[in-house]
Amino acid sequence: MTDQKTITVLQLYPNDMNIYGDWGNVLVIKRRLEWHGYTPRIIEYNQGDSFPDDVDIILGGGGQDSGQDKIEQDLLKIGDRLKQLAEKNVPMLFICGLYQLVGKSFKTQDGHIINGISLLDVETIAGPERLIGNIVTESDIFGEIIGYENHSGQTFLGTGISALGKVVKGAGNNGQDGTEGAKYRNVIGTYLHGSLLPKNPAIADYLIEQAVINKYGDFTPTVIEDRFAELARSVASKRPR
Amino acid sequence: MSKPYITLLGKAVRRVAQMRGGGSALPGLFVEKIDPQFIHRTLDQLPKGVVVVSGTNGKTTTTKMVVELLQSQGLRVFTNRTGSNFTRGVAAALLGDVDMKGNLDADIAVLELDEAHAVHFVKSVPPKYSLLLNVMRDQLDRFGEIDATAKLLATIARATTDTVVLNREDPRVRAIAKVLDAQKVTYFGLAPAMTKFFPSDDEMRSGASAKTTNLNADVVLAKLNDDNQAEFTIDDKIVSAKLELSGVYNIYNAAAALALVRQIIGDDINEPKLIEALTRVRPAFGRGETITVGGQPVELVLVKNPSGFRLSLASFDPAHTATMIAINDNYADGRDMSWLWDVDFDSLKNEGVAEISGIRAYDIALRLQYDEIAVSHVDTDLAASLQHFLSTNSTTPKRIYCTYTAMLALRRELAKITNVEAIS
Repeated sequence: MTDQKTITVLQLYPNDMNIYGDWGNVLVIKRRLEWHGYTPRIIEYNQGDSFPDDVDIILGGGGQDSGQDKIEQDLLKIGDRLKQLAEKNVPMLFICGLYQLVGKSFKTQDGHIINGISLLDVETIAGPERLIGNIVTESDIFGEIIGYENHSGQTFLGTGISALGKVVKGAGNNGQDGTEGAKYRNVIGTYLHGSLLPKNPAIADYLIEQAVINKYGDFTPTVIEDRFAELARSVASKRPR
Repeated sequence: MSKPYITLLGKAVRRVAQMRGGGSALPGLFVEKIDPQFIHRTLDQLPKGVVVVSGTNGKTTTTKMVVELLQSQGLRVFTNRTGSNFTRGVAAALLGDVDMKGNLDADIAVLELDEAHAVHFVKSVPPKYSLLLNVMRDQLDRFGEIDATAKLLATIARATTDTVVLNREDPRVRAIAKVLDAQKVTYFGLAPAMTKFFPSDDEMRSGASAKTTNLNADVVLAKLNDDNQAEFTIDDKIVSAKLELSGVYNIYNAAAALALVRQIIGDDINEPKLIEALTRVRPAFGRGETITVGGQPVELVLVKNPSGFRLSLASFDPAHTATMIAINDNYADGRDMSWLWDVDFDSLKNEGVAEISGIRAYDIALRLQYDEIAVSHVDTDLAASLQHFLSTNSTTPKRIYCTYTAMLALRRELAKITNVEAIS
């Protein structure tokens, strides 16, 4: 069909950074694009690949420490390209491990510093304990955000960036200042798994809407039946840590 | 307090706990507190030592197989058959089996141990043999990362005094051999044609690639037909067996059990008896166990992580069967629901899912919505949901995929209406 509008979704480092159900985020974007009447084109970027020219949405997941070590050098190579796209308002979502690495730096437990690409003005320091459990935050744009966090890095926001949400229940960026995640232009970084997008369709539709507006000028959403998402949110928000 | 008294008291606590219908760990906890040397002292008497089985998936069924295979060779075996795989569960099981003097009437102990608890256990009771099955993402909320789980298994291997049996096809388990020097290492494996059923976590989305390793495996699962007719290559000889166990992952674990038992028994092994015993092994409770309700089979399939769930879906044909999925998020199930998103449910597309339940019923309903799979009924109340599932599908065979605590609750409900084997 020639009148179908295509949106290209780039999955960053699915081979090394795909732990904790990050596929769920890709699947939700794929399906909701279809349900909104667009043709999703899902492509992957792994280390050593050539970075594609045509990208409308970028999704990046969490990883183990070993996965982070593997992609560090490669990410620095494509850092400028990602920053250019961010300045052009391309929507991006980075979870956990990649949230840390698109920041300025990550200081590990042994004091060694991993350089990030400084796309987001945040810094991460390895913490003494893992922050694990159900989490609820409140965001001005998206309302209540619900998910599950599992990280030992503590992330602190710089002056030029705002949090994605305020922690209602859970630890958030660092367990101290009540912030969770970060947002700059259409780029979202967060510690929330769960997976994030299935239970937070408002964020999924935001990423889709920004991508469609960038590419086609305007966006007319379809009404999607989100009853299961609402019920799952309601149950999850009442579960123990 | 003198030792006979402790044993007696422990046995009494065990009786009371059983009468209360309680868990198997409480009496173990009691003895652990009063006499921390109890486990070590009791197991130390065994002439053939202690065997530890660990790994993410398949511990309970594999342990059951190893026990029955060893019994076929004339050994008296002690095991923690309740699936209570923490140290306390072992202490509780010991209390049930020792006499008043604290003597255990057995030649060998085969213990299923949770990875994290095994690490502590092997410090006080070094096993003579260990069997390490796999490392999959499971309960990352407890262990943090898969690489950390692999380290736990390596610790068990290093504490082993004689032989370590490893899964050749799991890259993280295979790598454990590199950190061993004093132990003998032997492998179980898959023929190349079988590896596609077992993608590692790293290959989850990309599908399993052909694995390249030159290591020789003592027992290899070579073939498997639809009717559970399996073909193993044992020491380069082909052996066929028609098994009661179903599910390709259970049958791969049969290769693991065979490899381990061959090491323990050595040259004196009676192979016809060994294979005959293997064909008779029935699944452990809730691990593909079939319970009859109203003349129709209800199969309980425990699922607890993405790899196990994927393997189960690949193993059981959904045709002509009503499917129910029950997902809880209690501590023993794991609280994080992310794992459901790493399971591919496409195989259920034609038949759809008749019933969804558990504390996190809406999470799995949501998951299925994104695979565009029809769901007939959702109810977070397990008892009501089970009732609905049974009555609306009374004339068809049924299968329930369930997490650990959901499985226990469903068995309790089923026991009210039909014969369910007690968990001793």
